[in-house]
Parts: sequence; C-alpha cells; structure tokens
Amino acid sequence: MIKAEHLVKYFGPKLAVNDVSFTVGRGEVLGFLGPNGAGKSTSMRMITGFFAPSAGTVTIDGHDIVNDSIAAKACIGYLPENAPAYPEMTVQRFLNFMAAVRGLRGRAATEAVEKVIETCFLQSVRRQPIETLSKGFRHRTCFAQAILHDPPALVLDEPTDGLDPNQKHEMRNLIKRMGRSKAIILSTHILEEVDAVCSRVIIIDRGRLVFNGTPADLRGKSDLAGAVTARFLGQSANTVREAFRDQAAVARVVTISDEDGAAVLRFYPRGEAAGPPNLARLVAESAKSRGWLVDQLRTEEGALDAVFHALTASDTGAKEKEVAA
Amino acid sequence: MSTCRSIYAVAKRELVSYFDSPVAYVFIIIFLALNGFFTFMVSDFFARGQADLRPMFFWHPWLYLILVPAVGMRLWAEERRSGSMELLLTLPITAWQAIVAKFLAAWLFLALALALTFPMVITVCVLGDPDGGAIVSGYVGSLLLAGVYLAVSMAMSSLTRSQVVSFVCSVVVCLLLVLAGWPPVTGMFEKWAGRWLVDGVAAFSVMPHFEDMQRGVIDSRDVIYCASVIVFFLFFTAVVIRNRRRV
Ligand SMILES: Nc1ncnc2c1ncn2[C@@H]1O[C@H](COP(=O)(O)OP(=O)(O)OP(=O)(O)O)[C@@H](O)[C@H]1O
Ligand SMILES: [Mg+2]
Repeated sequence: MIKAEHLVKYFGPKLAVNDVSFTVGRGEVLGFLGPNGAGKSTSMRMITGFFAPSAGTVTIDGHDIVNDSIAAKACIGYLPENAPAYPEMTVQRFLNFMAAVRGLRGRAATEAVEKVIETCFLQSVRRQPIETLSKGFRHRTCFAQAILHDPPALVLDEPTDGLDPNQKHEMRNLIKRMGRSKAIILSTHILEEVDAVCSRVIIIDRGRLVFNGTPADLRGKSDLAGAVTARFLGQSANTVREAFRDQAAVARVVTISDEDGAAVLRFYPRGEAAGPPNLARLVAESAKSRGWLVDQLRTEEGALDAVFHALTASDTGAKEKEVAA
Repeated sequence: MSTCRSIYAVAKRELVSYFDSPVAYVFIIIFLALNGFFTFMVSDFFARGQADLRPMFFWHPWLYLILVPAVGMRLWAEERRSGSMELLLTLPITAWQAIVAKFLAAWLFLALALALTFPMVITVCVLGDPDGGAIVSGYVGSLLLAGVYLAVSMAMSSLTRSQVVSFVCSVVVCLLLVLAGWPPVTGMFEKWAGRWLVDGVAAFSVMPHFEDMQRGVIDSRDVIYCASVIVFFLFFTAVVIRNRRRV
C-alpha cells in the first residue's frame, strides 16, 4: 500500500533522511521511532507529498506521489506534527471544508463529518473556533480530519501527543482497530505504544534506517531477552552460583540481591538450546534436585528502551559499549 | 474530483474566513470611508460640475496601494505560520488549484468592496446624465488594477511567513509598478535618462493602462496587459511554493 524506496532528503547541504526504504501493507501498523531530529517528520512529509524527495520514490497504492500526486494523495489521511488547522474556523466548519475538498458531497459529507465527530469525541466543541480549543482537542480535530474520508493509508505524526491517559488509550484502540484494514504509519516517542499497537517497527537515527522488524524482534536484540530471573529461598547467592558454575547453557550469572533468607539471581542463556523455555526449566529442575525452594521464576522479555538507546546512542563508542554490556 | 470543485471548496473557505474575522468589516469600512473622503473632499466632486466618476477612480491606484496588500499579505504567510499549509498541500489538489482558488477568493472580496461604492453611481445619475460606458469601463479598470496588486501581494506573501514583511514588500513592488509610468515621475526621468529607456520602463507600468480605461475605452491591449501581469505573479507564486517543497 505504502512503498518508500531509497528516500533521501537534503536541506541545503544538510542530509536529513539518508536512504530509507520500507513498505507497509494493508492490515499493518508501522511504528516510526527515532530520537529528536532523526528525520521521522521529514520522511512522513515526503510520503504525504508535502516535500519532494531529493532522491528516491514513494508510491501509494501504485500511484507515484510526485508524478501522480492527486490519485496518491486521495488515498492518504495525514495528521501532521503539532496538528495544524485553520485557527479561525469552528470544528464543524473545518471538517465540512475538509470533506468538500476530499470530494464528499451532500449526505455523504454530512454523514462522514458526524461520524468522525463522534469517533473523536468532539461533540462538545463542534461550534468552537479551533484557536480557542485546548491542545488535546485541537489534536483530535486534526486527527478527525485525517480519517474523515476513510482513507486506505494513514500517516500519523505523533498521534497521541498531548492527549490525556484516557484519550491515549482510546486513540490506541482506534488505531489498532483501523489497522486491521488500513496501512498505517505512526511516529511516536512512547515505546510502550509500539508494543500496544504496532505490528512492525522502524528505527531511524540521524536519517539512517537502523532497525526494521517486529516489536518482538526489537526486544530480542536486548541481551536481557531470554534471561531467567529466579528467587531462591533460604540460600545464599554464592551457593547458587557455585551450583550453576559448569552449566553449558548458562553464559553467566548475575546476583540481583542477596538478603538473608533469599537470593535473587539472573541467568543469561548460552546457545540455541538455552532459548525459552528451556533455560527456565533447567533452573527449576536444578533447584528441585537440590531441594531448594524457588518462589519466583521469570523469563525476561527484554527492555525496549535499552535497545532503543543502544541503536541510537550518539557516538559509536558508546554504542558498542551498550551492546556489549 | 473535478478541478472546479476543489477550487470552489478552497475559495469558499478562504472567502468565509475573511468574514469570520473582523478583517473583512474593517477593510470595507476603511475603504469606503477613504474612497468618499478623497472623492468629495480632496477632488471636490461637486465643484467640478461634471457628472462622472473620474474623481473617484483617480484615487484608486493610491488607495489600493495600501489596502490590497493588507488583504493579500495573509494569503500564504498565514498558512505558513500556522502550519495549515501542510494540510492544504497534502490534500488531493494541485498547488495551482490552491493558488487560483486563493486568488479568486481575495479578488472576489475586493470586487465586493468595490461594488459597495454604488451610491456614487446613484449620486452622479441623480445629479446629471453620466456616460454609462465610462462608468462601466472605470469599474472594470479599477477591478483589474486591484487584481494586479493582489497578484503581486500574493507572490510576496508566498515568500515569507511574516505578514509584515509580506505587506511591506507588496507595497514597494506595487509602488514601482505605478511610478514607472506615472507622468510626473516619467517626466522627471526623461530629462536625463533618454526617452526610449523611460518609455521602455513605462511600458511595464500599470498606470497608462489604468488611465486608458478611465477615459472610457476598454482596449484589449489594456486587458491583456493586466491579465499577463496577474498570470506572471501567480506563476511566480507557484514557483516559490514548488521550490519551498523541494528546498
Ligand atoms: N524545513 C526545514 N529546513 C531545514 N532543515 C529542516 C527542515 N525540516 C527539518 N529539518 C531538519 O531535518 C532534521 C530532521 O527533522 P525532523 O523534523 O524530520 O525530525 P523528527 O525525527 O521528526 O524529530 P522529532 O522527534 O523532534 O519530531 C532535523 O535536523 C531538522 O533540523
Ligand atoms: Mg517530528
């Protein structure tokens, strides 16, 4: 549905986006991650036809965004960063206008506008000028505009920015629901959001693509992923460490805490055979054979923020250190 | 979707937004007040003893010089500042359609303000027996002049996100267009610049064409002149907007 190939964008001599390629199909929600200034918004502006790429192509449903821009743009709903709108217009008039330019007329237009007002909870402010709205409502108005014409492709630049926790939750559910039939790209700084709604993740750092995969793949890059944390009652950490010293499946053991009566240790896996749930089983069985009591046992999923940090840390020295740690 | 329909939708929004803010009313009131002041007080409309509107049209190049840039300055500068340009240009319309729509909306607004000078027409009809042709061609000329100024203002507005900069640049460029062919100025330069040069520059001025139309003749050359200046500046706007997107 959305296909970006070798996108490059220069602002004067400055390279903002450097050879970014990806595709998003219907039924996929793609999360765009990256530090501030990485080039997320710039990429989105190229995808929606606001900026012409310096090199590379974007096609939406087979239409080139530069050469066949009208057809391509008709397929997209776009929520720009900071949710701009016409400040002097009321919410209702703004949406009516958007419906008209999108080619909706008469009943179809009225119905579409009513529907998004309901979906985005704008009933209470429909006659209020947009410049007098609070940030969250302004954001929702602009989002309403993006989904007004039920587009097959959605490009959302920080869709949950400025929303309260309830609205964030609503928004995520809405995106997840729409993601079943549409191709959606969203950028965000909230890593949990990626987990909650995205089926795929892209990370860009200083204009370059540094990761493209599922949220689970991203987690898997963390060396915490697959490690097993266990709490042994009535044992000291040293006793436990001694017992696991020569296990082939255990790369190393780290003591998390060792207070009298209980020791918490983390076991890092070595090799394929130690993948989940084998390592956890191994730890449990070793404990059982020795008659130790284990009251907590957990296979770690890996922390997204650690991986994000490792992938986008600003100098390569720091990056290698992070990955090794 | 048809070209006309998207132009209509954008133009309608633009026109309605004038009336949503006090700008429209302030503009119309000031325009009518100044128009009346210059016509009656400065030109001594009644003392001339002639039933025509030339004392009114005479002032329009100068009146529009301030008022038209005030209408045109926000056309793109405001879109740029508020970020709504990103919405407008990612809609399924071409930049040309957006430009033409905005131009037509603002021009229509100016036409409306001009139409509200109709009491003047009634006055001359009551006082005497005016030449209807001269009045019509005077209005056509005035409207075309407003269109030329507006196209200039729109082009300047596309260059900046500041309305003040946009206003000042528009006034300066419009002033150049007027002065290049205004007899007091051309006469002054003729003394040392050589006739052909002065005439060459004057050919680009809006004044001779405007004065022709005030004499009651709508020559196709005058209309073509205005149309080409308008098209040139709309084209200029399109180039600026396209280059902004390429950066
Ligand atoms: N119009 C512009 N002119 C010049 N440079 C620009 C322009 N727009 C963006 N940039 C530069 O391009 C780079 C990428 O900016 P972009 O807005 O895409 O970042 P981002 O990933 O969206 O960041 P954020 O997380 O802060 O929204 C930045 O260094 C920015 O300064
Ligand atoms: Mg951004």
